[in-house]
Amino acid sequence: MLHYLFRRLGSLLATLLVASLVVFLVIEVVPGDPASYMLGMNAQADTVAALRSELGLDQSGPARYLQWISGMLQGDFGQSYTYRTPVADMVADRLWISLPLALYALFLSTVLAFPAGIWAASHRGGVADTTVMGFTQLGIAIPNFWFALLLVMFFAVNLGWFSAGGFAGWESGLFAGLKSLTLPAISLALPQAAILTRVMRSSLLDVLGEDFMRTARAKGLSERQALLRHALRNAMIPVLTIMGLQFSFLIAGAIIIENVFFLPGLGRLIFQSIAQRDLIVVESVVMLLVFAVVMVTFVIDLAYAWVDPRLRQQRR
Amino acid sequence: MKLRSLVPGALLVLLVVIAALLSYLWTPFDVATLDIRNKFASPGAEHWLGTDHLGRDILSMLMVGARTSIAVALVAVGIGMGVGVPLGLLAAARAHSWLDELIMRGNDLVFAFPALLIAIMITAVFGPGAINAIIAIGIFNIPVFARLTRGAAMSLWNREFILAARVAGKGPLRISLEHLLPNITNLLVVQGTIQFSLGILAEAGLSYVGLGAQPPIPSWGRMLAESQTLISLAPHLALFPGLAIVITVLGLNLLGDGLRDWLDPRLRRER
Repeated sequence: MLHYLFRRLGSLLATLLVASLVVFLVIEVVPGDPASYMLGMNAQADTVAALRSELGLDQSGPARYLQWISGMLQGDFGQSYTYRTPVADMVADRLWISLPLALYALFLSTVLAFPAGIWAASHRGGVADTTVMGFTQLGIAIPNFWFALLLVMFFAVNLGWFSAGGFAGWESGLFAGLKSLTLPAISLALPQAAILTRVMRSSLLDVLGEDFMRTARAKGLSERQALLRHALRNAMIPVLTIMGLQFSFLIAGAIIIENVFFLPGLGRLIFQSIAQRDLIVVESVVMLLVFAVVMVTFVIDLAYAWVDPRLRQQRR
Repeated sequence: MKLRSLVPGALLVLLVVIAALLSYLWTPFDVATLDIRNKFASPGAEHWLGTDHLGRDILSMLMVGARTSIAVALVAVGIGMGVGVPLGLLAAARAHSWLDELIMRGNDLVFAFPALLIAIMITAVFGPGAINAIIAIGIFNIPVFARLTRGAAMSLWNREFILAARVAGKGPLRISLEHLLPNITNLLVVQGTIQFSLGILAEAGLSYVGLGAQPPIPSWGRMLAESQTLISLAPHLALFPGLAIVITVLGLNLLGDGLRDWLDPRLRRER
């Protein structure tokens, strides 16, 4: 287990290192100089030069890369070019919207998908199964930002139950905050729930054919008891894998959904920063998201290896 | 039962493709002509799906928009297959070598970036537009095809008919092209259909946030973006482009499922 841990840790660090190089290089080729962008068209050349040296833009590429990386490692994500505030503070503020939104969506999709998947699997081939599977086909095909528009049209414009966008702020209470995240979370959760339902169903169906399930039935458990007590637990591995993967989809999906609802989260921060040529913010936020995705994958891999010793051997 | 999803899927896809092709020859109205007096017309006899805030015919815009969606997704799948399949074949032919390791770790790296995030970065850096959207979506198709090809090719390398080919003196290149590739074509077609539908969704998302095809080229995503501010005024503007996306993606997904069952009964997910 320890050997496996170190090997996975090594590849984790390598991935992060290469990813950081890629992000840095991509941002590096962005046309336009942030300093002259900040000072406008009529700036004097020496003012621009002074600002460039203040921002550290006059240093060589490798030097700036090392500075950025060592800063990131110490929790210093640099200073925003536009707002002159630490990027770490901006990210922390936005995280209080993006993270609850992702978790809220994950919660909704789980609450929807688990019963639906179990129900479909236990009525395989029946009307329930066909109905659920039909809905999942639809759920996968509906773009979440369009679903978001439909929700706004119905619940915000017609019924007036929710506001069409914006964030109430956590200071106005937990309920108000959650309420403004509800429509975004539902739109994020829909496609994920559809996928998760399908995985839950097919994973359960695989397990239902196993020998130990026959044993469970033979020893007198009802179909329902056997399903809940034995099948479900064994069907969870693929389901958990997909839930881990969905975390990265939720992050990416949130970028668009936050724009639909004008939520001041990380996704909107990236967009605004791109528009304002605030590259240090783009760089750091993208790197942070990649870090989150890689870490989640890492933790899931470790959890499997812990549960299932066979996976500690060479993967593949 | 066997063709349960193949036929409806194929019909839906055919509908969209015909609409896109027809738009080269004829659309009910010219999409470039503005007719402000007729703005926000509801669906009716003249404008079947109504008109937008500039008086353009929605149906005509959807037909032309289908071209954009299909072109972007198709070329992106082409990039994914064109680069990914050779990489996968190469990795399988040199299995467990440093080359294999390099290719597979490269795949992992691309997977570590949430797809949409890197697409947004690319389009933001190199400027928005259909070409950059294609490249961004295409890059994400590469590891999908590389991994699929490698896995399928690896399992074939140990089979007798490959052994026979090796005994006959064929090298890895000829075996890959003449024996492995034909045997994994079915898999590639099915995966291609799925990536095609994901590409349609990705293109719609990118053009919704303004990073896809630029005006005046009509695109479904941007039609939705434009409809958002007018949602209380003209709800039908938000309805039809979304339905067009759903029909296309649903059709492609059904087609993919159907093709899988039809081409390879062993993979059937009936269970």
